[in-house]
Amino acid sequence: MALIDSLQGALELLVLTLLSRRPRLHGHPIMTAIAENSDEVLKAEEGSLYPALHRMEEAGWIRAEWVKREMGRRSRVYELTKAGKQQLATKERRWQMVTAAVNRVLRTA
Amino acid sequence: MSLWSRIANVFRGDRLNREIEEEYASHLEEAILAGRDPTEARQALGNALHRREESHDIRVLAWLDTLRADVVFGWRQLRRNRVTSAAAILSLSLSIGACTSAFRLIDALLWRPLPIAHPDRLYVLSRRGMGFDNRPGEWDSWAYPDFQLMRAAAKGQADLIAVSWAVRSDVTWKTDQEMEKAVVQHVSGSMFPTFGIRPAVGRLFTENDDRVPGASPYAVLSWDYWSRRFGRDPAVIGRTLHYGDSVFEIVGVSEKKFTGTEPGTVIDIFIPTMMHPGVLRQDMTWIRTLAVVAPGVSVEPLRAKLAAINYAFEKRRLSGETGLSQETLRNVLANQVRMEPAPTGTSGMQKEYSRALAAIAILVVMVLLIACFNVANLMTAQSASRSREMALRVSIGAGRFRLMRLVLAESTLLALFSALGGALFSWWSAPMVVRMINPADNPARLILPADWRVLAFGAVLIVSVVLFFGLLPALRASSVEPIGALKGEQVPARSTLMNSMIAAQVAFCFLVLFVAGLFVATFERLSNKPTGFSADRLLLLETTSHPPQAVGYWDQVENQLRAMPGVERVSQASWPLLKGFGWNDSISVNNGPPSVDLAYFLNVSPGFFATMRIPMLAGRDFRASDTYPQAAIVNQMFARKFLHDDNPVGRSFNKSSDDGSYERMQVIGVVADAYYSDIRTMLPVVFVPFHHPLNQGTLKPISDATFIVRTIQRNPLVAASQLRQEVGRVRPEFRVTDVHTQKELIEAQTIRERMLATLAVFFGVLAILLAGIGLYGVLFYSVIQRRREIGIRIALGARAAQVVRPVVAGISIATALGAAAGLALGLLSTHYLESLLYQVKGSDPIQLASPCLIILVAAIVAAAPAIVRALYINPVELLRAE
Repeated sequence: MALIDSLQGALELLVLTLLSRRPRLHGHPIMTAIAENSDEVLKAEEGSLYPALHRMEEAGWIRAEWVKREMGRRSRVYELTKAGKQQLATKERRWQMVTAAVNRVLRTA
Repeated sequence: MSLWSRIANVFRGDRLNREIEEEYASHLEEAILAGRDPTEARQALGNALHRREESHDIRVLAWLDTLRADVVFGWRQLRRNRVTSAAAILSLSLSIGACTSAFRLIDALLWRPLPIAHPDRLYVLSRRGMGFDNRPGEWDSWAYPDFQLMRAAAKGQADLIAVSWAVRSDVTWKTDQEMEKAVVQHVSGSMFPTFGIRPAVGRLFTENDDRVPGASPYAVLSWDYWSRRFGRDPAVIGRTLHYGDSVFEIVGVSEKKFTGTEPGTVIDIFIPTMMHPGVLRQDMTWIRTLAVVAPGVSVEPLRAKLAAINYAFEKRRLSGETGLSQETLRNVLANQVRMEPAPTGTSGMQKEYSRALAAIAILVVMVLLIACFNVANLMTAQSASRSREMALRVSIGAGRFRLMRLVLAESTLLALFSALGGALFSWWSAPMVVRMINPADNPARLILPADWRVLAFGAVLIVSVVLFFGLLPALRASSVEPIGALKGEQVPARSTLMNSMIAAQVAFCFLVLFVAGLFVATFERLSNKPTGFSADRLLLLETTSHPPQAVGYWDQVENQLRAMPGVERVSQASWPLLKGFGWNDSISVNNGPPSVDLAYFLNVSPGFFATMRIPMLAGRDFRASDTYPQAAIVNQMFARKFLHDDNPVGRSFNKSSDDGSYERMQVIGVVADAYYSDIRTMLPVVFVPFHHPLNQGTLKPISDATFIVRTIQRNPLVAASQLRQEVGRVRPEFRVTDVHTQKELIEAQTIRERMLATLAVFFGVLAILLAGIGLYGVLFYSVIQRRREIGIRIALGARAAQVVRPVVAGISIATALGAAAGLALGLLSTHYLESLLYQVKGSDPIQLASPCLIILVAAIVAAAPAIVRALYINPVELLRAE
C-alpha cells in the first residue's frame, strides 16, 4: 500500500472527489473510502488527512459541521462548497495533465 | 471568510484546541469500532501534541496569535506588579488626559478654522497705538460709517463684513411677559452668503437687509438657540421678539455648524447691522471689521489703502473735536491699521486666554514628561530584574525582536489603559475648565467636539508616549547577554541613565512648582487687594426701564426697597463699581487745555458712599437738591492728579463733552480711592448726581441704573427674589435684568488668575507626587540591587553614613542638578509669563526658594524608606540566602 503523501496534491484531490460523490462525511469514512476505492492500494494517514481537511476548510473549499452520532460523541462532517467544486475541477484537470505527461515520458524513454 | 475565521480563531484558541482534540478522539473511537487495534490506531494518529499544534496553526492567523500571546503575557506582567502598574496607569492617565484637555481647549479657541467657506482668506482689521485714554493698546472696534467707506474702497479685492460685539442681552418673546437672556449679535447682511452658510430653516440675511437704517427688523436664530429654546420647531419662522426698542421677526435659522465668529461665545440671535442704534454714529465704535480677501489679492496694498481711508475718516471726524488734548488727537491719528489673518475667528476670549492656555499647556507637558520618565524608570528597573528570564528566552531560541515585542506589548498595554483613563479624564476636565471661565452673566461657551482632530492628537500622543517610555526598556531587554545573566550576574540598570531621568524630572517639577507659585501669588495679591469699599452683604439689582423714567420714580423705588425687612441701606449708581463699564472725558482746570489723561465719571444717589462704605475725607455727601453738572465729589487720586490739592473742596474744573462744550463742576466733597472698573488700575473718578435738569427745567429721564442694597443677613442673595419682585411691583415699567452680589463682581475680576492658580496648583501637586514616586522607586531599586555590597559593608563594620552615602550620592547630585536646571528654566519663563502676573517677580527669593524647599522635603520623604531599608539589611540573612 502506498502513502498518498508522496504524491503532490493527490490527497486533496481524492478528498474533494469523495466529498463530491458522498456529501457529509467525517474523517474516518474518508480514510476508509480511499483505501477501499483504491483496492487497498492507497492509504491516507490520519496524520496528513486531518491537517489537509483543516487546511481545505480554512481555504474555503469545504465546510465542516458538528453532528451528533447515535453513540453520544460528536463527529465533524465535511461537505464541498462552491469554491471546492471549482477547485475539484481544476485539480482533476491538472492531475490528468500531469499523469498523461508522466505516462508519455515513461513510454518514450 | 477564511481570514475572518482565522482572526476569530485567535481569540477562541482554547475552544479550537478542544475541537481538534475531539475530532481526533472521535476518529480513534470509530477506528477501534471498525476493528483496528487501539494501540496501533493511536500510534497511527501520531504525536497528539504535534498534530494539535499543526492543525491549530492552520486554523489561526499566526502573527495575530503571537500578538495575542504577547498581550496576554503583558497583561500577566502588569497584574503581577499590580501596585506599580496601577500607579503608572493612574499617573499616565492624568497626564495624558490633561494634555488632551489642553489640546482640546487650545484647538477650540485658537487653532480650529471657522466652519466657513474660506477661513484661510479671512482677516480682521485692528488699530494699534495710543488710545483716547492715553494708554497704549490694540483695538479691533470700528465706527460703522468708517466701515462703510472701507467696504466701498475694498470692493473687488475683499468683502468686508461688520460684526458687532456679541452681547448677552434681554429679549422678550411676544407671547410671554418674562424677559430672558440671549446672546445677540449685529452682522452685515452679506455675512452669511460670503461665508457660504446655508439656512437650516427659512432664509438668512442678504445684502438687501443691509441698505437702509432701521428698515430690516429681521432676526436669524442660531441652530443651538433654536434647539435649546424652541426644540427645533420650524413654526418659529414668523414669530417676533422684542429686543431693545424694536420688534424683530424671525426669518430663519442658520446651519448647525456655524456658531458665530467669536470662539468662546455661541451666538443665539443674529440681527442686521442696520438695526443697531449706532449705525450712523461716527463716534461710536461697536463693530469688528472682518475681511474675506479675494484669491490672488495681496494683503499689504489692500491694508495700506484701507489705512488711508481710515486716516481720512478720523481726521475729518476729529477736526471739530475740541474736548480732547492736541496730544491725544495726534496720538489717535497716528494709530496703525493692521490686517491680520483670522482663520479661527476673533474674540476677546482668544486675547485674554491664549497666553494663559499656553502656560497651562506647557505645565501639562512637563507633567506628562515627568510621568513618562517615571514609567520609563520603572520599566527599566523591572526589565533589569527580569534579565534572567530574558536570558532564558534567548537561550531557548527567542529572537531579540521577539523579546522587544514582549516588552513593547506590555508598554502598549499600559499606554492603552492610560489612554482610556486619559480620555475619561479629558472628557470631564475640558468642559470643567471652560465652566471656570464664568464671569457673572456671561459664561464662556466653547464648542469642544471629540472629532478626528482630537482623536488624531490622542493617537499621536499615545504612540509617542509608548515610544518614549517603552522603547528604552525594550532595547535593554533585547540586548541581554544570556551567559552572564544566567550565571547569576546582576545586570544593573545603567544608573547614569536613571539618574539623568531623575534630574530631568526634578527640573520639570521645579518649573511646574515655580510657575504654580507665581500664579498663586498673583491670585492672592489680586483677590486680597483692598478694593476701597466694603463688598460685605451688598446686593446689586441692575434695573432697566423702557421708555426711560423720571428720576423721581427711581427714587420712589429706592425708598420702597429701603422699607423692606432685612434691608440696611439702599442707594443707586448708573452701574456697580467693578462691573467693567466706564464713562470718561477730558478735564480742564483753570480754563486750560483739555487733559491728555482722562477722568472717569459715575452717577450716584445721595448715600452711595455710606452704602459702599467709602470714607468721606473732606466736604459733604450729595443731597437731593444737588444737580448735574454743578456738584461733584472726587476721589483722592483725582484731587491729586488734576487739582494738585488734597483738599480741593470748593474748587472747580471743566469736563469737556463730546460736542466740544464744557460743563463746569464744583467739588463739594472728597472720598477715598476705590477701584472703578478694574481691580488692577486705580483711576481718577468724579462722582456726579443723577438729577440732571434739562432746558425746560424737567429732569433727564433715566433708562438704566443699579440699586445697591446692603442687607442685614450675611448672605445677600437670600433677599434677592423678594427685592426683585418689589421693584416690579412699585413701578411695573421697571425690570431687574440682573442680580449679583458685589462679591461676585470682585471675583469676576480674577477669573483668569483663579483658573491659572487652581490648575497650576493641581499640576504642581501632581508633579511633586510623581517626581517623589520616581525618586522613591529608583532609590529603592538601587538599594535592592546593591544589597550584596551593602551587606558586606555592614558585615565589615561600616557606619550608617558610609552605608547610605553610595546609595544616595548619585541621586542627590541628580536632584541638585535638576533643581538648578529648573531654576534656570523658571527664570527664563518669567519673561514669557509677565503679562499673566500681577505684582509678582520671578526673581523674588521667596518664589524661588519655595519650590526648592518643597522638592527638598519631597526628596527626603521619598528617600527615607530606601535608606532605612539599606541600614537594616541583615548581612547574615543576606549571605545565607545567596
